[in-house]
Amino acid sequence: MNTAYNFAFFDEGSKREIRRATLKAIAIPGYQVPFASREMPIGRGWGTGGLQLTLSLIGRSDVLKVIDQGSDESVNAVNIKKLVSDTTGVITTDHTREATLIQSRHRIPEVPLNKDQILILQVPLPEPLRDYEPSENETKKLHAEKEYSGAWLMLFEQIMKYGSMTTGADHPVMVHDRYVMAPSPIPRFDNPKMHESEALILLGAGREKKVYAVPPYTKVVSLDFEDYPFEPESFLDKHCRLCGSTGVFLDELVDEETNETFYQCNDTSYCIEILNEVEPFGVK
Amino acid sequence: MAEFEVPVLSIKNLNKQFGKGCLHCQDGESLVKNYCPICGTVYACRDVSFDVFPGEVLGIVGESGSGKSTLMQCLYFDQEVSAGEAYLADYHHGERNLFQESSQQQRYIRNHIMGKVYQNPLMGLKMNFSSIGNIAEKLIAAGSHHVGMMENRGMELLNKVNIPVHRRKEAPKNFSGGMQQRVQIAKALSNRPPLLLLDEVTTGLDLSVQASVLDLIKSLQRELNISIVLVSHDLGVIRMLADRTLVMLEGKVIEQGLTDQILEDPQHQYTQQLVHSLL
Repeated sequence: MNTAYNFAFFDEGSKREIRRATLKAIAIPGYQVPFASREMPIGRGWGTGGLQLTLSLIGRSDVLKVIDQGSDESVNAVNIKKLVSDTTGVITTDHTREATLIQSRHRIPEVPLNKDQILILQVPLPEPLRDYEPSENETKKLHAEKEYSGAWLMLFEQIMKYGSMTTGADHPVMVHDRYVMAPSPIPRFDNPKMHESEALILLGAGREKKVYAVPPYTKVVSLDFEDYPFEPESFLDKHCRLCGSTGVFLDELVDEETNETFYQCNDTSYCIEILNEVEPFGVK
Repeated sequence: MAEFEVPVLSIKNLNKQFGKGCLHCQDGESLVKNYCPICGTVYACRDVSFDVFPGEVLGIVGESGSGKSTLMQCLYFDQEVSAGEAYLADYHHGERNLFQESSQQQRYIRNHIMGKVYQNPLMGLKMNFSSIGNIAEKLIAAGSHHVGMMENRGMELLNKVNIPVHRRKEAPKNFSGGMQQRVQIAKALSNRPPLLLLDEVTTGLDLSVQASVLDLIKSLQRELNISIVLVSHDLGVIRMLADRTLVMLEGKVIEQGLTDQILEDPQHQYTQQLVHSLL
């Protein structure tokens, strides 16, 4: 552990300020709380929002997991893990069940989270109405007045242009019947996992200087229309080529030599866990 | 006939000033036109009161800077009034002063009970969204969440305002000024508002397009029996559309009455000059 820095890199005052913003965010589900985003040893837009939340919350007894689009071993995830464990000495893990603090970029893990865990999502663009209204001053008013026709209008435009709602990720959600929120660019597949989640979900946008939250057991509904209901990605009749799992979020890959399309679990630690479970019994 | 007499919109003593005002200008005596040379306050609307009845077109005429557009902005809550009251028959039976409602409630009123067509289509339309999307925006704001219904209503309205339905998915930025203005009218009408506010809708359009937009407004008004408040500095427009007319000058209503009466027998010196210049 590197002792040249204060515990968890930040000074205590910084941590307190971020925690205060976090508490406010939890008290007002889905509301974007501004906070004084710090300069970090990684560039803005590379997970600084999530990292600041992680550093402000982490304690000596925590177990940390960091994933980047489902992978524990991507460069970004590894470096964030290194920085946190170097300045705190906490243990890191790949297993979702063992972790108490999970920082993630663009995925919610396949293993259901429980009440003793906190999920921290990195957010590039926290404002769901930004494409509709470029001015922050105006979008703040729209949120205050619960005027969300812009959010529905953007989905309406997609239906007009392409015949269906085409948000690949970051499909807007209504939190607790009050605030429309950008769930960060998680696939539509993960949106339902936010609804009545047992774990606390925190979202941090470092570049945009916003923190927001979905407290446990909060109603989270994806926006849709009566005649165009919300639908997560479907992987019907498909399974992971490594572990055989179905009903999970799969990556579509193409073998460049044979031009064959195959599917594989996006959540790598989940895939490995299933493989390790199956093999001792020789069921594979 | 008492039912018939209830106004759709009733404005009482509306005042709008830009600036704090000072001891010299508060009694209104030291003003140069509607401007106080000492503190720089502009009195845009002074003590404006009027009623609009069901199915009626009320014209407001006056020179540039007479406070017409400020009045319209106040009515649509784009500006906050300095003082005054407004009552809508369709909102709590006309018992609540609209200017004292919360901004959420004011938005509700805009979305459900009013429609507005701005002089500049940039103000009323999202230029990068499709035309049908622009119409749907108003419908969504009024609580509709059914794509098929909104698309049908949008096409019906585009038909009514003579925009080819096959261009519905095009953005208004690709349209001519007259077409943009007609998309705005379609949008304003989409949720069947009992009250429509038109702010200089034909200014800047060429004569033939002006005529077709005016024709359109007239026929829609007859067909749907909506009440309209119409602002224009063009007496020709007022003569064609308005049943009753207010003449504004320096923020005050200086004359009001039936449009014919005002045009044939103007009383105030300014109105006389205005009518005279029409000929």
